[in-house]
Amino acid sequence: MPPREGVYGLLAEFNTPSELVHATEMAHRAGYRRMECYTPYPVEEAAEALRFHKTGVPLMCLVGGVMGLITGYGMEVWVNVWGYPLNIAGRPLFSWPAFVIPGYEWTILFAGLSAAFGMIAQNGLPQLYHPLFNAPNFRDGATTDKFFLCLESHDPQFSPLETRAFLEKFSPVSVVEVDH
Amino acid sequence: MATQGPIHDPANVDPMIDPRTGEYAVLAPGHNFKSVTQKIAGIVLTDHTPWAWVGGLFLAATIATGVIIGVTWLVLKGVGIWGITIPGAWGFAIINFVWWIGIGHAGTLISAILLLFKQTWRNSINRFAEAMTIFAVCCAGIFPLLHVGRPWLGYWLLPYPNTMNLWPQFRSPLAWDVFAVSTYATISVVFWYIGMIPDFGTLRDRATLPLAKYFYGMLSLGWRGSTRHWIRYESASLLLAGLSTPLVLSVHTTISFDFAVAAMAGWHTTIFPPYFVAGAVYSGFAMVLTLAIPIRKFYHLEDLVTLRHLDNMAKVMLATGSIVAYGYGMEVFMSWYSASHWEFFMMWNRMFGPMGWAYWILILTNLAIPLTTLWSRKLRVNVLYLFCLSFVVNIGMWFERFVIVVTSLYRDYLPSSWGTYRATKWDYILFLGTWGMFTFLFLLFARLAPMIPMSEIRMMLPQTKIRHGGEDAEVVVQEAL
Repeated sequence: MPPREGVYGLLAEFNTPSELVHATEMAHRAGYRRMECYTPYPVEEAAEALRFHKTGVPLMCLVGGVMGLITGYGMEVWVNVWGYPLNIAGRPLFSWPAFVIPGYEWTILFAGLSAAFGMIAQNGLPQLYHPLFNAPNFRDGATTDKFFLCLESHDPQFSPLETRAFLEKFSPVSVVEVDH
Repeated sequence: MATQGPIHDPANVDPMIDPRTGEYAVLAPGHNFKSVTQKIAGIVLTDHTPWAWVGGLFLAATIATGVIIGVTWLVLKGVGIWGITIPGAWGFAIINFVWWIGIGHAGTLISAILLLFKQTWRNSINRFAEAMTIFAVCCAGIFPLLHVGRPWLGYWLLPYPNTMNLWPQFRSPLAWDVFAVSTYATISVVFWYIGMIPDFGTLRDRATLPLAKYFYGMLSLGWRGSTRHWIRYESASLLLAGLSTPLVLSVHTTISFDFAVAAMAGWHTTIFPPYFVAGAVYSGFAMVLTLAIPIRKFYHLEDLVTLRHLDNMAKVMLATGSIVAYGYGMEVFMSWYSASHWEFFMMWNRMFGPMGWAYWILILTNLAIPLTTLWSRKLRVNVLYLFCLSFVVNIGMWFERFVIVVTSLYRDYLPSSWGTYRATKWDYILFLGTWGMFTFLFLLFARLAPMIPMSEIRMMLPQTKIRHGGEDAEVVVQEAL
C-alpha cells in the first residue's frame, strides 16, 4: 500500500507524444519503475517504453466465454432432457443442434461482459479520487491534448530533487509535484 | 497508398480532396488535438441549447406519446386492437420488429466489423451509429413483447426456476430470439458505454457547470488516461469488437430462422440468413445516413464527417443492396426450380396477387432506384440525394418485411383458410410512436453525450506520429502547431 500522505510523485507535462515516449524510455533506462504515462488517446509506444505488454483481459474474456457456453448449453440440456421434457413432433429430447444458438449467445454474452467489466476492474475503476487530479495542469490536458509522465514517490530511486532534475532534462512544459 | 498524381487542377482544387489519392479526406486538414476536442465537446458543454433542438425534441416527444397511448390501450383491450388475425397472425408487430432491429445492425457493423478491418474512417460515425443501434433495439423490443399477447407475463420467456415448474422450449426459434436479442442489446450497451468512458473523462475535465462535472465525473468512472489503462481498454475494445462481429451476424440469422424454420412457402429457404443480414446492414446504413446528414449540417461537423464518409457508406449500401437483389432473384428462381406448386403459387401471388403492389414498391425502392444510381460517384457525394435515398431504402426495407410476413401467410396451403391482412389505426399509431421515441432518444443523446468519439479522432491526426530519439521533438512540435 503506497503512503497516503506527502508527495505522490512528480508530474512532467509534454506537448507531443514523441517527447513523452522519449522521456519514458530514458526514465526506464535510468532505473525508474514506478511510473505511468497519461495521454488523451492510447499511445502504444508509451506502453512499450513502460515495458507493459500483457494484460489479463483476453484470459478473463476466454474464461467468461467458456463459462457462458457451459452455463447456457448445460441449462438447455438439463431443462429439455430432465427438467421439463417435452415431446415436440417426436424429436429427441437431446436435440443438440437446436441448442447451439442460445448456447452460442450466452458464450458471447458472458465473454463480452467479462472483457468489459474485467477491464474496468483491472484498471481499478471506478476510482473517482486520484492524487493526480490535484495537479493544477493535469485535468486541463490529460484528457485533451497534453502528454504526462508521472514518476511516483514510492519508487526506490525517487528523490524530490534528483528526479526533478532528471525530468527537466527532457525540456517538459512543466514539472509539478503532486500531493496525495 | 496510391501514388497517382493530382487529378484536379491545382488552381481550383477542393481542399477536402487528398491530392495523393483523389479521394475526399477522412478528416479536414488543419485540426489538432485541441480543436477536435473543442469541436465535439462544445456541442455537449455549450450553455446554448439550440431552439431547433428543443423544437425537435418536443415534436419527437409528441409523436412518441403514440407508444404510450398505443401500449396502454393494447394492455387494456388486448392484441385484438391490431390487425393481426388468422391467417395473418404476425402482421405489423413482426414486420416492425425485424425492420427496427435490422436498422440497428449497421451500428454494430460500423463499431465492430470495420474496427477489425482497420477502417479508421469509421471512427467519426462510430459513436452515433452505436447509439442508433441501441435506440433501434429499444424500439424493436416493444413489438414482440406486446405480440406475445400478455406482455406482463413476458418474463415467462426467460429460463428461471418457478413454482409452476415450467421451462422454455429450446427447440423453438422464438426462444432463440429471446437469447439473441437480449444478448445483442446487452453487449451493444456495454460496448457503447465502454467506448464513451474516456470521452466522459474529457467532458468532466472541460465542464464548467457543477452538475455537468458531477454527471460526467460519475460516468467517466474516474478515467485519467493512464497508459496501462489504455492498453487494457484497447484490448477489451478489440475483444468486444471480435465478439460483436459474430453476434451481429447471428442475431439476424436467428431472426431469419423465425421464418426459415417454419414450413411455410416463401419462408422455408436456406438463403434467408445471409439475405436477412445483408438487408439489415443495407437499411442500417440508410438510417446512419438519415441521421448523419442532418447532424453534420446542424452541428457544423463537415470537417469530421466528410463526404468521404458519405461516399463510403453509399458504397456499403451498394454492396449490401446487391446482395439483397441477389436474394430476391434467388427467391424467384427457386420458386420455379423447386418445382413446388406452393412455392410457385406463393411467388405468383406475391407479385400479381391482391397485395402485388407491395412487392413492386419493394422492387422500386430497394433495387431499382438505389442500385442504378449509387454507381455514380457524383450522386454518392450529393448530400441531398443521399438523404432522400436513405428514406427510399428504408421504406423499401420495411416493405421487404411486409412482403415476407404478409404474402406468405395470408394465402397458404389451403384455399379455404385464405384471408387477408389489414393493419388498424393502432398498428400505425404504435409504429409512428416508435419513430418519435427513436428520434427523442437520439436527440437527447446528441445533446448529452459526445456524438463523435474524441479519443478515436485524436488517433487519426498526423500529430500522433512518434519520432524516436527525441532530438527532433521540436520539429514535431512545429509540425503539430
